[in-house]
Amino acid sequence: MVERVVMSLREARRDLTPTATLCLLIICLILLAAILAPFLAPHREGEILTTGSFMSPGEGLFLGSDYLGRDLFSRLFYGLRLTVVVSLTIALLAFLVGCSLGFLAAVLGGRFDMLISRLVDALIAFPAIMLALIVITALGPSIPVLVVTIAFIDSTRVFRVARALGVDIVVQDYVEAATVRGERFGWLMWHEILPNALVPLAAEFGIRFTYAILFISALSFLGLGVQPPQADLGVLIRENMQGLLYGTFTPLYPALCIAAITISINLLVDWYLRRNDAASPEDLQ
Amino acid sequence: MTGNVIDVKNLSVDAIAKRGERTPIVQDISFSVAPGRVVALIGESGSGKTTISLACLGYTRPGCAFKGGEILLDGTDVLQLDLVGRQQVRGVDISYVAQSAAASFNSALSINRQVTEIPQIRNLMSREDATRKAAALYGELDLPSPETIGRRYPHQVSGGQLQRLMAAMAMMCSPKLLILDEPTTALDVTTQIEVLQAFKNLVRENQTSAIYVSHDLAVVAQIADEILVLKDGRMVEYGPTETIITVPREDYTRQLIAAAHVMPEEVKQRTSRGEKGSHLLSVNGVSAGYGRQREVAALLDVSLDVRAAETVGVMGESGSGKSTLGRVISGLMTPWQGEVLLRGRPLAASLKQRTRDELREVQIVFQMADVALNPRHVVEKILGRPLAFYFGADRRAIEKRVGELLELVGLDPAFARRFPRELSGGQKQRVNLARALAADPQLIICDEITSALDTVVAEAILDLLVSLQDRLNVAYIFISHDISTIARIADRVAVMRDGEIVEAGPTAEVLQPPHHDYTDLLLRSVPDLKVGWLETVMEHRRQTGQQAAGN
Repeated sequence: MVERVVMSLREARRDLTPTATLCLLIICLILLAAILAPFLAPHREGEILTTGSFMSPGEGLFLGSDYLGRDLFSRLFYGLRLTVVVSLTIALLAFLVGCSLGFLAAVLGGRFDMLISRLVDALIAFPAIMLALIVITALGPSIPVLVVTIAFIDSTRVFRVARALGVDIVVQDYVEAATVRGERFGWLMWHEILPNALVPLAAEFGIRFTYAILFISALSFLGLGVQPPQADLGVLIRENMQGLLYGTFTPLYPALCIAAITISINLLVDWYLRRNDAASPEDLQ
Repeated sequence: MTGNVIDVKNLSVDAIAKRGERTPIVQDISFSVAPGRVVALIGESGSGKTTISLACLGYTRPGCAFKGGEILLDGTDVLQLDLVGRQQVRGVDISYVAQSAAASFNSALSINRQVTEIPQIRNLMSREDATRKAAALYGELDLPSPETIGRRYPHQVSGGQLQRLMAAMAMMCSPKLLILDEPTTALDVTTQIEVLQAFKNLVRENQTSAIYVSHDLAVVAQIADEILVLKDGRMVEYGPTETIITVPREDYTRQLIAAAHVMPEEVKQRTSRGEKGSHLLSVNGVSAGYGRQREVAALLDVSLDVRAAETVGVMGESGSGKSTLGRVISGLMTPWQGEVLLRGRPLAASLKQRTRDELREVQIVFQMADVALNPRHVVEKILGRPLAFYFGADRRAIEKRVGELLELVGLDPAFARRFPRELSGGQKQRVNLARALAADPQLIICDEITSALDTVVAEAILDLLVSLQDRLNVAYIFISHDISTIARIADRVAVMRDGEIVEAGPTAEVLQPPHHDYTDLLLRSVPDLKVGWLETVMEHRRQTGQQAAGN
């Protein structure tokens, strides 16, 4: 098993294109920064270092100060950390719910499928941001509420993908062969269906992760997401908006972070899908 | 100028791997097609026949590249043309009819719209002219109501009709060269000869040259003037049809001829090894079908007996219900009425109610070896699972037994570590068979297991089935549309049509005259490896008024 993983990793390395390498590098750096934020950040998150707002870089302030005179560079680490942790939790939760229900619907079919599919249709008909706004206004914008709400909305999209994949795989002869052998539900799910859905699901996970980042950042930017004194990237943009009036780049750095991570993930997913599309391995070049 | 429509000289095509290594897939091919003649490319899959025919269009599949040679179309080298030049040629001077018309038509557009597309986008004809020409071609191809059939959508016509419609599409610009890539392989025997006759008339009347790609020598013998035999991308033999099939020079050609789907001169009754009267399985008055209100019946009051260690052949055209019968017996489908008895004890209708032992004793092997094996499992897991599931075997026992099973089906035990994609079609079908054998069954339902394989490979699988039966005393229900295969392997035969068994009995009785009308039609439709056979059959059909089910 281990040798197989090592082998496939080695193969993947061989197939890396320059763009994919760059994207992978950026994603690794960002994840590393998020994990090690308390060790890497030169200052504490809320520490006010100077009385000057929107100061230019220099004097130990690598990217200058923010609107309260805090170190923007340090705050970026913490903001990134919060954004990544929250988005990742959202994506994982959405997958757990969406995939389970999606595959269940595909395998069981019939009334269960009908019921849950129509329910999802109804939910998808609502604009995602509006649904989020309603729930958050009702329950208050705490991080658990945000995570559960966005994960719930996202899980409907994951459900559709998982169900479509499942329906395709369930009718394959190898699943039928297992069924006629007398295999139970668990085996069919874990050994026959899931392994064959992994590639598109992994790609979908990347996409869902970026959507979660964009969604939570947008909510924070609107003031409905993460609340100060906690700050994610969206909050960092919002609170430093006036900086633009003073001619500094302050709010652009967190924006750049969001762009870098979402674009990198997207391009990497593209590469991954193309690599695993057996029909056209040559299109990579 | 040679006066030929196309001259292929020393054509070589390479496959290019990811890291740039080149593997030759077609080497040094030379042949020419004179005006109004038909040249057949024949060989197993992987012999390069489709690669060569696509090369005539100046096209290679992704991952392949031309290495050398010339393809002279009326004196111009197609390979020297740029992409635009090649596109001018395609569809106008040379056109291509693919194997699966069903997969080649867009199901959302009407047939006429697709058939008349090329002359319209090339500004060769107005829409009205194109539609008129299409209708004329439909008539030539013996399609019913040629004036209106074009208004239908692809799913509203039969497979054989769709294949002819695709030929009409190819003929729209009156091409100099028509390439037919296995155009009848996916069709039933009875439909196949009608389509074949239509193609033959079309080529004859329009004085079009054609390249006919097939793996079936008997089919090719009906339509081709010359035959080029291919193996592993190289030319084996090239000559007039009559010469190739009567006095072949090469061993490989002889092998192909031996493996051709031809009815044996005399159907020998296999001696049944089963003890007389030891009933293994009885199907009693089973009806089954689809739809909540039982709208579509696929089986109507079908009864069938299988004795221990014998082979029962079930034959019929597609849609005759033979696969449904297999599914009902295996429990994949619940019958509307009737019952299935295993050694006199009724089997539960649905899978969930059958005991593990009942499930174990009846195994099924599917037609498409490719999709019957989970692509993410290694062979050891594929074969090991039934051992663990039915016998609770531990790891070491599984390892040992998997090796034995692989040897039993004629594969190296080292294959246990491979994934299905690392196996050839024939090897996959052997693994499939080994998975069924792993359960140590009394009965194996073989659903068209040789249909997707090349003749030579299919031959080997049939031999394997026979030798396994001798050793393991397992009974088979052998479902196939290929009568010549059934004639060779079955002890008894049941002929199905529209969900009913129209004739049943010992193989020799059923397949030798006097026959039931429908059996007669099926039998007469098996191509004979003789030039001129097609004309004889069509004449017979006209006289007796027989018609295939598709029309």
